Amino acid sequence: MTENNLVLQAKGITKKFPGVLANDHVDFDLRAGEIHALLGENGAGKSTLMNILYGLYNQDEGEIFINGKPINISTPNDAIGHGIGMVHQHFMLIPVFTVAENIMLGAETLHREKEAKSPLVKLDRREVAQRIKELSQQYGLDINPNAIVGELPVGIQQRVEIIKALYRNANILILDEPSAVLTPQEVEDLFRIMRELTRRGVSIIFITHKLKEVLAVTDRITVMRSGRVVGSADPKQTNQQELASMMVGREVLLRVKKEASNPGEDVLQVDNLHVRDLRNLDVVSGVSFDVRKGEVLGIAGVQGNGQTELVEALTGLRPTKEGRVTLAGKDVTGKPPRTITEAGLAHIPEDRQRHGLVLSYPVADNMILNTYYLSPFAKGITIQQKAVDDQAQRLIKNFDVRTPSAYVTASKLSGGNQQKVIVARELSRKINLLIANQPTRGLDVGSIEYIHKEIISLRDQGVGVLLVSAELDEIMALSDRIAVMYRGKVVAIVAADKVSRDQLGLWMAGSNPD
Amino acid sequence: MDWKRFGFIALIIAVLFTIVVLIGGKSQPAILIISSMLGTTIAVATPLTLGALSGIYCERSGVVNIGIEGMMLAAAFFGWLGAIYMSSIFGFQALPSLLVGLLIAMLTGGLFAALHALLSVTFKVDQIIGGTVINILAVGVTGFLNRQLFFEKGSIFGGQVPHGPGTFTTIYIPIDKAVNGLCGLLGSDCSVAAKAASDVLSQKPIAMAAVLLVVVSHYILFNTRWGLRTRAVGEHPKAADTVGINVTFMRYANVIIGGALAGLGGAYMTLESIASFEPLMTNGRGFIALAAMIFGNWTPFGAWSAALVFGASQAFQIKLQLFRELIPAQWSFLQNAYVVGMVPYLLTMLILTGIIGKNIPPAADGVAYEK
Repeated sequence: MTENNLVLQAKGITKKFPGVLANDHVDFDLRAGEIHALLGENGAGKSTLMNILYGLYNQDEGEIFINGKPINISTPNDAIGHGIGMVHQHFMLIPVFTVAENIMLGAETLHREKEAKSPLVKLDRREVAQRIKELSQQYGLDINPNAIVGELPVGIQQRVEIIKALYRNANILILDEPSAVLTPQEVEDLFRIMRELTRRGVSIIFITHKLKEVLAVTDRITVMRSGRVVGSADPKQTNQQELASMMVGREVLLRVKKEASNPGEDVLQVDNLHVRDLRNLDVVSGVSFDVRKGEVLGIAGVQGNGQTELVEALTGLRPTKEGRVTLAGKDVTGKPPRTITEAGLAHIPEDRQRHGLVLSYPVADNMILNTYYLSPFAKGITIQQKAVDDQAQRLIKNFDVRTPSAYVTASKLSGGNQQKVIVARELSRKINLLIANQPTRGLDVGSIEYIHKEIISLRDQGVGVLLVSAELDEIMALSDRIAVMYRGKVVAIVAADKVSRDQLGLWMAGSNPD
Repeated sequence: MDWKRFGFIALIIAVLFTIVVLIGGKSQPAILIISSMLGTTIAVATPLTLGALSGIYCERSGVVNIGIEGMMLAAAFFGWLGAIYMSSIFGFQALPSLLVGLLIAMLTGGLFAALHALLSVTFKVDQIIGGTVINILAVGVTGFLNRQLFFEKGSIFGGQVPHGPGTFTTIYIPIDKAVNGLCGLLGSDCSVAAKAASDVLSQKPIAMAAVLLVVVSHYILFNTRWGLRTRAVGEHPKAADTVGINVTFMRYANVIIGGALAGLGGAYMTLESIASFEPLMTNGRGFIALAAMIFGNWTPFGAWSAALVFGASQAFQIKLQLFRELIPAQWSFLQNAYVVGMVPYLLTMLILTGIIGKNIPPAADGVAYEK
């Protein structure tokens, strides 16, 4: 491969943030018309590198070349001017604007005769819509320019982002974790679009930590770890295991090892539970099951079949309409969360940022949210800072939370480390039952492995675990028994080793187990 | 802003007008009562309209501005001071003096707004606190200078308020002649209709400008590049940043534009409505303007319609005093000036209760942008 074929080169990129070396002399290049995967765990420095290429950050050291010529990118405008477009992980779209408004924003006049003399020139919406239509036909990206973006499904919003880049004549497209928010069907669609784009001469940098996807769609793989490039691979000659080891820097278990369970007496009994939603409709209707000490009960089901409400009711966050919940022999039906917590419940909530953490609090404070009022953290009405600090240091060490210090706010941590803070807090005291709702959603392989190991080791210590997950793989890997929820009811409870994946899929889709 | 809201506004105004017509209809033709009330409504709504537009520019760009009250007060004072200076010290004619005063008022508003932008955009101070700073500063500065300049012996105006240049006069629009002429051709007499049309349309310059600015602002916000970018930085500044829009510049510019509009609203009070300055004379109008902005869902026409309700209730009050003797015995509570005086404020509260749908502010309103 000659240098001429490289549309983009980054040489020796270095970027320091306070306390972190995010990029350490990173070299990266992109050939014309290829899909080049940049693989790495959360916090490996992938996004930092891309933000530098897109002008959102400026590098401390290093050079960037486009088509062999050195260029200077200090603002997104520079990047756009050099044909670089970026689709951010969290879409940079304005929900209340139309598709056309979002696409033209910032480039309202760049393609027009009437070249912006006054900012008060009327927007030429017709022309913009026309151009969007052309682009969408050219690349097979079906879109209605007049739709309000906030009302579109996530997959379509992503299309808007891609068209936004193409509208600015981008021929280098950076896709930052594009599949994280998509359904499997939408992911397929995205891959089709990516291939179509490269066929038409667009070069794509595909940032991800999902191994399956990398192998499915890319031409070349570069792996980053702790701010450095640690290797590259040809997708035709590698496999998931090898990539995972490269990413994490050690052998990784993609499937957790576990012995047969040794369940004891019931720790949680749920009897004929009914829960209503805001519209006063039954979302959990007559659910009964139990969880025994030393076993994992997995709840499988397509999202939105009452799992969220079930967990909220069990943890005291939502009133129950009818039925009975017994935790470790105590009736906790309709009791406040603190009572239930004190009966020995640990809860890893579905949405870690909204319900698991106070993002604006320091890590240390987040680690005592469930015990702050107890000795040794409280004495009378005062918080004992020393005890809090000690606890934080201990938990950070024991649970391997990667944070610059215990005093940065939780919002500053990566998703995996935020989840570790929650796990550390919840498991920092003696518990009878763990309810883990989507515990690994959005996490990288290293963190997933960690959480899975943690769950199995709790089980082996005799704690009951209720695992709710939309990932069938996760349910099957961890559970001893599996319950399937469909439309607010538990339609089947079976031993995990006596059921096939296909059978579970059928139950999840509502076919009758009898 | 939707038709339900406009309908609600129209209903309130219609009720107010109907009450007055029922009372005063015996002494005057109903059409003249309505037209003169409409004229008053538009005029009195002026500072609220301008204040609400000021808020719209600020908040659409993502900066909450509760300092409009202070900007108006400061502008009212300095505009008036400038006009008096020009006429009594430099001996200018009334109109040029007033125009200079107007300019100074808008500059004052812009300057206070620049301070607000500095605090909230650059230093990322809590925007409510920034606005409060503006309000307190304006009360202090105007109260102090008012005393020092006009009421202290040996001060520049020698311890007394000089004769100022008066106020802007009504711009006469010959609509009545046009109507009369037309009717003359048809051979009928419609002098009443002619007077009614003239009552509504003949306004003073700032009142006219305010109405014009409502239309212009709507156009700018929803049909121009400036408007699109302004709304973008108010909704999702990071998204705007990633497509190369300078968030800081857009916020500064819009806050300062808003300040100049609040300044124009202040100028209305001392250069158009009455020819004098009183400490604290804005009397909460800046805050009622914010209420109008919220009711109007951050749209110019919506905010204007809410401002008109306030204007209509003032017109209601004025007319009821005029027709005091005609108020029937069973409605005697309407003779009580305090009861009638409450109407504008009661209506403000009613409008703000949100009985007409939900108001949705710009998503990043009040949030400083961190890269």
